[in-house]
Amino acid sequence: MTTQSDFNLSELKVPGPTRNALTEQFWTAAAQGKLLIQQCGSCSKAVFYPRAICPHCWQDALSWREASGHGRLKSFSEIWKPGHPGWLPVSPYLVGLVELEEGPTMLSHILAENNAVKIRDALVFAPTDVGGRVLPLFKKS
Amino acid sequence: MKHLGPRCAISGIGELKPYRRTEGVNTMDLLLRVSSEAATDAGISPDQIDGLLVGPQVGETPQHVPATVAEYFGMRPTMSNVVDLGGASGPGMVWRAAAAIAAGQCETVLCVIGNHRNPEAPRSPNRNPAREFDTPFGASGANTSYALLMQAHMDRFGCAPEEYAQIAAGARANAQLNPMAIFHGNLADVDDILASPIIASPLHLLEIVMPVAGAEAVIVTSVENAARGPHRAVELWGAGEKITHRAVSQSPDLTSGPLKPAMARALAQAGLSVQEVDFLSFYDCYTIMVAITIEDAGLCAPGQFSKWLHGNGGMGPNARQPINTHGGQLGFGQPDLAGGMAHVVEAVRQIRGEAEGRQVPNCKTSLVTGNGATMSEAVALVLGAGA
Repeated sequence: MTTQSDFNLSELKVPGPTRNALTEQFWTAAAQGKLLIQQCGSCSKAVFYPRAICPHCWQDALSWREASGHGRLKSFSEIWKPGHPGWLPVSPYLVGLVELEEGPTMLSHILAENNAVKIRDALVFAPTDVGGRVLPLFKKS
Repeated sequence: MKHLGPRCAISGIGELKPYRRTEGVNTMDLLLRVSSEAATDAGISPDQIDGLLVGPQVGETPQHVPATVAEYFGMRPTMSNVVDLGGASGPGMVWRAAAAIAAGQCETVLCVIGNHRNPEAPRSPNRNPAREFDTPFGASGANTSYALLMQAHMDRFGCAPEEYAQIAAGARANAQLNPMAIFHGNLADVDDILASPIIASPLHLLEIVMPVAGAEAVIVTSVENAARGPHRAVELWGAGEKITHRAVSQSPDLTSGPLKPAMARALAQAGLSVQEVDFLSFYDCYTIMVAITIEDAGLCAPGQFSKWLHGNGGMGPNARQPINTHGGQLGFGQPDLAGGMAHVVEAVRQIRGEAEGRQVPNCKTSLVTGNGATMSEAVALVLGAGA
C-alpha cells in the first residue's frame, strides 16, 4: 500500500501546471507516458525545464528528446503541512529532487510505500493522474 | 585601515515592533512611520533625503513602487528603485545606496521595507517556471525548499536534529533580551523545538520563522554627513552579492549557498577575516540557513556548525562571536522582506553601543547576511565603527 491509499491523487483539487506554448509539448507528452527533455545541438548539454534557447551557450539549437525515465533522489521531504490546502487529503506525502540520468534535476512528487525513501534511491518515471491531469511523477524502481 | 567598499555610512535606523496580525493597515502607512523614525534617529529632515530604495509590494503596488512611495511620502528623489532580492533585499539596498551616492546621483538615501498582515493575504499571481514546475507536484512555499536543503545537509554530514534545534533555542534565548521580539517572554529549549510538529520533514514548526507584520528602515549617507549626526557613524566597509537560481531544483549545491562567495567578497573588501568580526548578524529564516551560513563563512568546516557553536559559547551577547542578539527572525519574528533589514538594524545598534540589555562588549564590526528565495539570492555586508 502507499500512504495515498485512502485518497486517490486524481481526486485532489490542486493547481495544475501554468502551461504555455513552449512547455505544452512537455506536459502533453508526459500525459501520454513520455518524459521529454531538451538537448542543445550546439553545446550538447541536456536542459530542464523547457526553454526557447539553451541556457548554457545561448544558442538557438534546442530539440526535444525522450528521457530514459531513470533518475536518483537528490533530496526529499515528507510534507505534513502543504503550502496549498488542496494537498491536505493526501498529506503526509513526498516531494523530491530527481536527478535525471541525462543530467538535469527536476522537482517531482515521489511515490513510495509508507513514504520510505533515502537520498540516492533509484527512481523511475511514473506518469500519474493528479487532480485530473496526468503529471510526471516518480516512484522507487 | 583602507577599505575597498564605497565610503558611506548608516546614520539612522527605524524599526516597528512586529505584530502577528494587523487589521486594515496599508503598507504605505507602515513604511512612512518607520521612515520618519529613521530620519529622526539620523537627525535629518525629510528634505535632506534625495534617494529612495524600496521593496516589492506583492498585491498592493505591483508596478511603479518607488513613485508610489515617493508621492505618498511627499518626496522627489533623484535616485530610486525597487530592490527585489527576497530576504536579501535589505542588505542589498545598503550597498546600492552607497554605490548611488558614490556615483554622485544623490547624497542621502532612505532604504525602507515592510509589510502588513491583514486577514486577506493576496495569493501569488506568478506565472514563471517555479510556479509551473514545482507547485503542481505539491511543493509550494519556502518550507518545502528549505526542508529539501536540510535533508541533503543531514544526509551529507550526518548531523542530528538536535544540532539544528539548538540554533532555534539560541534565537529564543536572545529574544528574551529584546522586548520588541515576538517571542519575548516565550522561551523554547531544544526539547521544545524537537517536540513541535514536523511541517516538512526534517523541519519542525519551531525551526521556522513566524510571519509577522513590521517595517525596517535605514538612512545611508556619506561618511562625512554621518559623522555630523547624533550617533556614532556605522560605515559600510565591504559588500558582496551572488544570485544562483530561483527554484530549489535548479540549485547548483544543496549544502552550500551563494552567501559563501558574497561573504568572502565583503570580508575581502573590508580587509577583515571572519574570525576578527565582533558580531554576526546572520539571516535565519530556518535553522538550516544559520548552520550553512556558519559553514560558508569559513568559521568551521562543512558539517561542523554545531561543534563550532558549542565552542563559541552559544549565540548570546557574551558568546565569543555573538549571533543575532535581537533574537534573529526565529526569535524576533519575520516581518516578511523586512526580516533581512532587521539584521542590518541590529548590527547598527551593536556597533553604536546602543543595544540596551544585550550589548556585545566592545563591538566595532559586524558581518551581516541576507538570503532570499531558495538559498539563492545572497547579500553580505561588513559594517564597522566610524572614527
